[in-house]
Amino acid sequence: MKSTLLVGALLAVATTTSAFAQSIKLADVAELSGGGATVGTNWKNGIDLAIEEINAKGGVLGRKLEVTHADSQSNPGVARAQVQKALDAEPYVLLGPGYSGSVKVTAPLAAEAGIAQIMGGEAAELTQAGNKFLFRTSFGQQSSMPKVARYINGELKAKTVAVVWVNNDFGRGGRDVVSKELERLGSKVVADLSTEAGQADFAADVGKIKAANPDAVFIYLNEEESARILKELKRQGVTAPLMGETTLIGQKVIELAGDAANGARGHVGLTTDAPVDLIKAFREKFSKKYNYVPDHNGLKGYLAVYMVKATTEKMGKVDPKKFADTLHGLTIKASEEPGILMDVTVSDTGDLDRQSFLVEVVEGKQVVKQVLPKLN
Amino acid sequence: MSNLFDLLVAGLATGAIYALVAVGFTLLWQTSQTINFAQGEFVMLPAFLMLAAMHVGAPFWLAIILGILLSMILLGLAFKMLLVDPMMRHGVLPLAIATMALAIGIKEAVKQFFSAEASPFPSIVPTGDISILGYAVSLQSIGVLVVAILAVVGLTTLLSRTSLGHQMQAAAQNPTVARIIGVPVERMILLTFVINAFLVALASLLITPIYLAKFSSGEVLGQAAFIAAIVGGFNQVRGAIAGGLLIGVLDNLAAAYVSTQYRAAVPMIFLIVVILFRPQGLLGRAEERTV
Repeated sequence: MKSTLLVGALLAVATTTSAFAQSIKLADVAELSGGGATVGTNWKNGIDLAIEEINAKGGVLGRKLEVTHADSQSNPGVARAQVQKALDAEPYVLLGPGYSGSVKVTAPLAAEAGIAQIMGGEAAELTQAGNKFLFRTSFGQQSSMPKVARYINGELKAKTVAVVWVNNDFGRGGRDVVSKELERLGSKVVADLSTEAGQADFAADVGKIKAANPDAVFIYLNEEESARILKELKRQGVTAPLMGETTLIGQKVIELAGDAANGARGHVGLTTDAPVDLIKAFREKFSKKYNYVPDHNGLKGYLAVYMVKATTEKMGKVDPKKFADTLHGLTIKASEEPGILMDVTVSDTGDLDRQSFLVEVVEGKQVVKQVLPKLN
Repeated sequence: MSNLFDLLVAGLATGAIYALVAVGFTLLWQTSQTINFAQGEFVMLPAFLMLAAMHVGAPFWLAIILGILLSMILLGLAFKMLLVDPMMRHGVLPLAIATMALAIGIKEAVKQFFSAEASPFPSIVPTGDISILGYAVSLQSIGVLVVAILAVVGLTTLLSRTSLGHQMQAAAQNPTVARIIGVPVERMILLTFVINAFLVALASLLITPIYLAKFSSGEVLGQAAFIAAIVGGFNQVRGAIAGGLLIGVLDNLAAAYVSTQYRAAVPMIFLIVVILFRPQGLLGRAEERTV
């Protein structure tokens, strides 16, 4: 009787363990509170939506995906602790964080553990440090800023430019690349304004822009600060064209800035307003599930999970050690994996090549003015 | 020159809001020796109460009225009766620490019930410019300044020209004598808490369209107003008003002419200088206490 019970118990444990081992565990560390809450919440929701879809269709190689979410509180120190905790649980792939500063301090941890990290940071330096385990979900600044500078110089014909940037890794990286490109093309930076993350009052900064009287203003801040400066620019009657990146013309910025966002332009690697059928379908599914229109961070989180799926299926097995090697140089076609939304090629440094868009905010809506093709 | 004028107007508008909040600090200190470290969160919360009212379908004007009334109940009456009264018996320090805990509680509650993300908030003043002395000045700055000045003038008139105000001053200056001559001291103290709640709700209505409604937005405001109250004189309403305006202008000028990175440090340095050379504040009255 005793031995029967023992066998039964062992069988039960074995069954549970086997069911447990079936799932592929992902760990996400994101900005779920603090200054980057908009970024992190969109990213997290994008991940959850992708996982729900993939699992509903039978998972990856027949195994379900599972994710744990941890809050970095938009603080690099907390992000580092959360990533260490997540890595201790030996995930298949690490997702996040979204802030470049947090990525910078967590990337060495993931690399040391030999775990691939698919993140949302856009600072140029992130993929220039020779880290073989770090992958982007969007363009790095070295890809996007030259396009921005060309637009300011060529299309806006601005001879003088004011550059407003947020004083962190993300802002500094963008400012360095865009300023260099602008000068190279012959547009002079007449005001170089550093602002603080979480800054509430932009009256003085806009005062300085007015005093410099530039032909165009390049704004490179996080979403909430972008909304505040757009309102202040309108309040102080600045009429120069406003150019930025995704963070200037995102959905959250439009919602927060209201009328003040109209006329702002930006180069966008990812937008839910892109004239691409798969992206339109994504937007619809996301809006239906969460009751709001996602910004590019929702797309990034969603794409991160589909990058995991496509890479794993390419390998034909779940092998965390070979994951990074397989993803380097991989081209994922939307015709074969619709979840990837647009054809993408991952470089040997973890950077992406993909088509992008030039967007203007018209009457509170993002309107795509130009589609810029994939480089290779 | 135009730039300086813009900075002065924007600084005065922000400073007027600091003044409203700083006046609350001085009122509570004068009447009940309460230092409310949750004052910044008191400014943040009314905006969310108004947003909640709009969320359930109230028009903006009604949401404002409901927000102000609810603030007066929660941040005036309930704050006084449920936190200040029980803690006051244990001294100023435990009460100050309790208000710090309250600040964290309010922030976390707002984060939990609304969101950690910022929300837009409508402005009571339309956007656009008007011309003053040949300079284009934003209507919003003027609107904020006018409403804040009206509130401060109303408060000082109440305090200096009405019987109620005299009773409040008597209760603040010498509660024992005030009681002897028949002033309902407890009621007067309660009234100052309600007035403080009204002022912070007004500040919330004015500042949130610019700063956006966010659970953490009270941190900067609370700190700026606290500095303003000390710089101006913690025991004088006029000191708090002057301190608020001064800090607002100083902050904007520092950001423009010193450095954006060090803008937060400039009011702090000014505070240290004032404490070193005029500890009672610029317009404050020297107080002595026996220990």
